[in-house]
Amino acid sequence: MMKSGNLFVKVCLSLILLVIPLLSAVHVEETGAFTAQVIQHGATGEDVIELQSRLQYLGFYNGKIDGVFGWGTYWALRNFQYEFGLKVDGLAGATTKLKLANASEYHEGFVKRNIQKGKKFTHYGGTPLEKQTQKGKAPAKKPSGQGGKAQPKQQKPKQGKNVPSGYSENDIQLMANAVYGEARGEPYVGQVAVAAVILNRIESTSFPNTISGVIFEPRAFTAVADGQIWLTPNEQAKKAVLDAINGWDPSNGCIYYFNPDTATSGWIWTRSQVTQIGKHIFAK
Amino acid sequence: MIRTILITILAIAVIGTGYWGYKEHQEKNAILINAENNYQRAFHDLNFHIDALEEKIGTTLAMNSRQQISPSLAEVWRLTSEAHNDVGQLPLALLPFNKTEEFLTKIGEFSYRIAIRDLEKDPLSKDEYATLGQLHKNATEIKNELRNVQATVMKENLRWMDVELALATENDPMDNTVINGLKTVDKSVEGYSEVNWGPEMTKISEFEDNKYKALSGKEITKQEAKNLAIKFLKLDKNSKVIVEENGKGSPYEAYRISVNEPKSDSNIYLEMTKKGGHPTWILEDRNVEDAKISLYQGREKAEEFLNKHAMDKMEMSTSDQYENIGIYTYVKKQDDVRIYPQTVTIKVALDNGDIIGYEGMNYLIGEKDRKITTPAISQKEAQGKLNPKLKIMETHQGIITNDLGEEVQCYEFLATMGNETFRIFINANTGMEERVKKLDDPNTPVNSM
Repeated sequence: MMKSGNLFVKVCLSLILLVIPLLSAVHVEETGAFTAQVIQHGATGEDVIELQSRLQYLGFYNGKIDGVFGWGTYWALRNFQYEFGLKVDGLAGATTKLKLANASEYHEGFVKRNIQKGKKFTHYGGTPLEKQTQKGKAPAKKPSGQGGKAQPKQQKPKQGKNVPSGYSENDIQLMANAVYGEARGEPYVGQVAVAAVILNRIESTSFPNTISGVIFEPRAFTAVADGQIWLTPNEQAKKAVLDAINGWDPSNGCIYYFNPDTATSGWIWTRSQVTQIGKHIFAK
Repeated sequence: MIRTILITILAIAVIGTGYWGYKEHQEKNAILINAENNYQRAFHDLNFHIDALEEKIGTTLAMNSRQQISPSLAEVWRLTSEAHNDVGQLPLALLPFNKTEEFLTKIGEFSYRIAIRDLEKDPLSKDEYATLGQLHKNATEIKNELRNVQATVMKENLRWMDVELALATENDPMDNTVINGLKTVDKSVEGYSEVNWGPEMTKISEFEDNKYKALSGKEITKQEAKNLAIKFLKLDKNSKVIVEENGKGSPYEAYRISVNEPKSDSNIYLEMTKKGGHPTWILEDRNVEDAKISLYQGREKAEEFLNKHAMDKMEMSTSDQYENIGIYTYVKKQDDVRIYPQTVTIKVALDNGDIIGYEGMNYLIGEKDRKITTPAISQKEAQGKLNPKLKIMETHQGIITNDLGEEVQCYEFLATMGNETFRIFINANTGMEERVKKLDDPNTPVNSM
């Protein structure tokens, strides 16, 4: 923080120079950066990458530059706002972005290249860029690579993704597999309901307490028994899982569902039914 | 000559096929035996854990001092969880073994609750002793019956794979020695339902019905529901609307409405309570294009929606962008206190800012008269209860439902330690640390792919 006094003077000067000739609408373009959006907690995308890079340049942000506006970014932004005498609200609006852009540099090419290659890198001001990136190839294929940073097979730049609190990307993938195997071809709301049943079973006292425990419980899901769970799920199945995790439950708390045409167990009919969605009857 | 060659080739082919078939058969057997062994292990483990459970509850009954009872009940809790796990590995998902599992969970919850309590201040009550005694009796019965099944399984060399097969092929799979035995176990557990678990554990079942009655407004008909839906969703006149009633198993009476809107080629589903016609949830299924508006603009849309539908004062608690979709959670605010039991979730399509989902079940059934009181301890005092290594970033007040299912008024702290962020609730009247939660940060992935 030793430099911040110096910076502050610089920023003030440049601000004065900038603000006088400009109307508020032009601010954003003049920063040569950031789109016009107000960036808030939970956002993802290029603006967030830039925000994190610039905050790191000034030493406020020490986390990974991945384009996901999480808590680390939030506190960094608030600290920046506090130090620069702005309103501390954790929102990157026009004024904040302008101050930030003027106070920092953003080596866009460097940052994007590294994200794309999946390399570890930092973006601190005052240190040459070459020293801030990992030497050699990305650790994608090393089996004992540095903790959980292995790359998926994607051509797209590896930007971070939001995952609902308490779940990992793997959990969502596993559930999407189950939902796709069990309910592809069903209406969307029926897929959400199937995902909700899995979650309800985890909550229920009569079933295992983990996602994998519920899904792989012997004889619980036909898609597991006949291997259809290993089909590659489509985007819709994943969306259905996200909706269920985020609280939607079209089954109203059911822990069973069955297809009346193919159900072999007579017992399932004795459960009290809530509703039918597509081909599935949902029951408690 | 040719004949000899042909015969030789055929002979080799026959022998080869035979050998191959034999190998296949062997492999299949090996896999079957492997699967069978896994089932057997789970079943025998279950017996072992129930044995241990029974014994542990028995010894706890004889204990008197806090230092002994607490760890002993913690052990009971652990054993129930193990036993529960074992049951989960057996192919019983579609069999009536749920009562036993439920029973196990309840013993677990009961013992956990007492194990974490400060028994010095608040020793075991008479009723709780009686409950524990009753539990011991029940556990003994379960143990004996399971042992009977175990003995039969071993004596008659019964295999779980046969149970699997019976379940897979027969229409009425109940006619199998193992299944019959387990059915008897489950039947006997059914009789235990009158065990007095204490006030907190019965709450949940009473809860729903009462809440439903508390909803405002009078019962509406199918037609009225349809009209309300059209108005609420501002639907095109040409939309196809189907209204159905929920089945008997639903926790509350409601209509399920599905709409096909030809104009935007979307399907909308919603549920509306019969009483008062309140929407409980809405889901719209349509193709969402690439994001054109920001998460922040989506938030403005969500808040517009909340205002239009005259919700109470709400405050955004979380917002997350999933590529082209924004999900926002709002929590009710009363006298500047966040009411966490009452939340709504709103889903906004970030291509054009439409609301494509709403979830308000908690909000509806959580509605009640709450008195916000002046806290007995000050914010400073509450702060003193926090781990001194934490750096406090934000402070609020909020009501949460604690582990015992009671609503408590708390100070809410957002604090950081190193790179981690925590949300901590300190009871505003007793100073007790009610809940500590580490907030996930996608920047520090735990086990992403």
